[in-house]
Amino acid sequence: MSASPQALAGIGVVEFGSYAAGPHIGKMLANFGATVIHVESFARPDGFRMQYPPYKDRKPGINGGGCFAYFNDSKLGITLDLKNREGRALARRLCRWGDIVIENMRPGVIDRLGLGFDTLKADHPGLIMLSTCNMGQTGPRADTPGFGSQLTALAGICGLTGERGGPPTVLYGPYIDFIASTLGAVAVLAALEQRRRTGTGAYIDISQYEAGLLFLAGPLLEYHLTGRIAERVGNDDPDAAPHGAYRCESDGWIALSCWSDEEFAALAAAIGRPEWSRDARFNTLAGRKGAAAAIDERICAWTRERGAAAAAAILQRAGVHAHPVNTMADLFTDPQLIARRHWRRRRHPVIGDHAYCGPAFQLSETPGEVSAAAPLLGADNDKVFRQCLGLSEPEYAAMREAGAFG
Amino acid sequence: MLKGILVLDCTGRPGWLAGRLLADLSAEVTKIENPDAEIHTSDWRAYNVNKRLTRLDLGSSAGQRELDRLAASADMLLATFTPGTREAVLFQHGRLSAINPRLIVVAITPFGLTGPKADWIASDLELMAASGAMSLAGEPGGTPLRVSAPQSHGWAGAQAAIGALAALAARSRTGRGQCVDVSAQAATLVALAHAPTFVDVDGTTPTRAGAFMTGRSVEGARFRVFWPCRDGFVNFILYGGVAGRRTNTQLAGWMRECGAPLGALAQIDFAEWDPTLATQGQVDALEAPIAAFFSSITKRQFLEETHRREMLGYPVSTVADIAGDPQLSARGFWQDVAAANGEVERHCGCFAIVDGERPPLVSRNDAQVEAPRAAQVT
Repeated sequence: MSASPQALAGIGVVEFGSYAAGPHIGKMLANFGATVIHVESFARPDGFRMQYPPYKDRKPGINGGGCFAYFNDSKLGITLDLKNREGRALARRLCRWGDIVIENMRPGVIDRLGLGFDTLKADHPGLIMLSTCNMGQTGPRADTPGFGSQLTALAGICGLTGERGGPPTVLYGPYIDFIASTLGAVAVLAALEQRRRTGTGAYIDISQYEAGLLFLAGPLLEYHLTGRIAERVGNDDPDAAPHGAYRCESDGWIALSCWSDEEFAALAAAIGRPEWSRDARFNTLAGRKGAAAAIDERICAWTRERGAAAAAAILQRAGVHAHPVNTMADLFTDPQLIARRHWRRRRHPVIGDHAYCGPAFQLSETPGEVSAAAPLLGADNDKVFRQCLGLSEPEYAAMREAGAFG
Repeated sequence: MLKGILVLDCTGRPGWLAGRLLADLSAEVTKIENPDAEIHTSDWRAYNVNKRLTRLDLGSSAGQRELDRLAASADMLLATFTPGTREAVLFQHGRLSAINPRLIVVAITPFGLTGPKADWIASDLELMAASGAMSLAGEPGGTPLRVSAPQSHGWAGAQAAIGALAALAARSRTGRGQCVDVSAQAATLVALAHAPTFVDVDGTTPTRAGAFMTGRSVEGARFRVFWPCRDGFVNFILYGGVAGRRTNTQLAGWMRECGAPLGALAQIDFAEWDPTLATQGQVDALEAPIAAFFSSITKRQFLEETHRREMLGYPVSTVADIAGDPQLSARGFWQDVAAANGEVERHCGCFAIVDGERPPLVSRNDAQVEAPRAAQVT
């Protein structure tokens, strides 16, 4: 932990969330010092705990899931049975304690549990609440259940991935959920600023579909203006040539691109074809696109004799855009990610030492941190209910007796 | 929500979304562009709507003086540059904080301001490669692919907005601004879901699987994800579990109602069927009649029927399909904004609905004059 208080120190967040879309917001806030409480129950643990590998020793277990851990570091984990009257009463008290409530249930469910924004706001006028789901809280298809992996197709992103004339291509995992969670974090932080200045909270409705469309805002505007329908074009780009991925030695790949005639001349010199920069076939963008096959063949001949990292270093020194295509394993040895401490290893009671993802940005005065490994199911009940909510011993025991903790 | 927050946006393409997100939540964002910068592309317009445009030649000393004058009263300054260049000096936090100690300086660079690759250059392609995203897209063993519309810029811009607002929260306590050092490589890594953790927890390396889903059957069967339909493709997967059971049963019912041959589907009890134990032969037999059925329907039929039957699955939309989706128009997602040339442009609206209303986009591109509020399209 840093010596200076973190940017979000003192902010309390309550998550009635599971899988990716809700909990990833809380993770980002927790990495900058917010106290984030992830609410589950023993009857209904977060689906990421058991339904998705990898697991410690490849054995599914409620506390040994790497997928759950990855999105829930630096949080406190508690259980509450939201179908139990006392459980719901405690949930409501917890929301009075918190500054921000995040939920990603189907629309209407949180209201039926008696934890809707209007109810909670009556207790806590400054409350900020964010709901996130596939389609948003309103509209003719608001009640659509859905997985982010498939929603990425509805939002046009899968259709824009793949070779020209080939089928659409899968993007790994619930791609669009992370667009929505990232934009969701922007919204709750903006709401905090509003509350600081005015004392007023906010209710934020995020449609994961709409959030994803912001990443295609250009092609969507282009369609509205001209009727042009963007298509998948492999790795091509209208403004660069060459622009693609090339095989290197040992099954590696390198991505490289040239955005000007000068950059192409630098590439040509680096790969042993300096005469190309004087060749009329190659010294314009249109010319290079027309002669792509010949250029690609020569680049491939050069890259195949080199490791991707070595080739990228040579090209970068020459002033050419280039980088190895990192595999998942490469991400843990990439010198840049290591230098910036992207991976933070923490000891998890069941999984053992393993890597968590640090923030994508560094704050010079109040740095982010992975303050703890992900919690075991219900690990922080004692701390949260006694310290945060101030339950007395008899109260705590009575709640347990009543089944409030699921 | 950010009314009164003044933002100077000195970014190029990788940073445009950051200012747009802040502007959509009511910050006053001034977009700084060089006098000769191209501002008519769809990308520029889509990501710089809702900002006020000011032309400044930052290569001239007069332009730099004007930048410093504006920075003196701003809350945030957003910039993209390559570390080690002359531009980098202009946007240095130390230099700017001497002018305005409360200023939050957001530096969006390909790899961050520190580390061995800090001065490497990268476009969207190299960032999708560096983040690992390309290794997960494409045919197995084939060329790694990026998304044909740049994505790393979105990831970097969105993380920059989070960083700017986290620094704003810190400033409310300390009174001081700070430097937000955004690595586009690290920002794009968020797109990978939990794929990296496989390496760490069980020693495997997830890779690309084309149009199929793998890794679900212990028999090694792969399941089709994208299916040709009458006017394109749909995304549908034979899932297991409660949701899969409902979806599969509903599909068989839908096919029966349409008189479509059920083939192997007729014999299957989805309450018992477990995809984790399925062989490729079984999967192929189940998928054949589904493929024939999907080839006879349109994307819109698929969307409406899957919704009606509460099935999992969505069509693979084009931008044209998205533009005509009634769900988006019902929520007022599209916003018509008057452009500088008098034409009306239809933009993606603010990404959030706040207290029941979508904060409207405002046309500011015609120099310093604020145009009337945008009409909401319904």
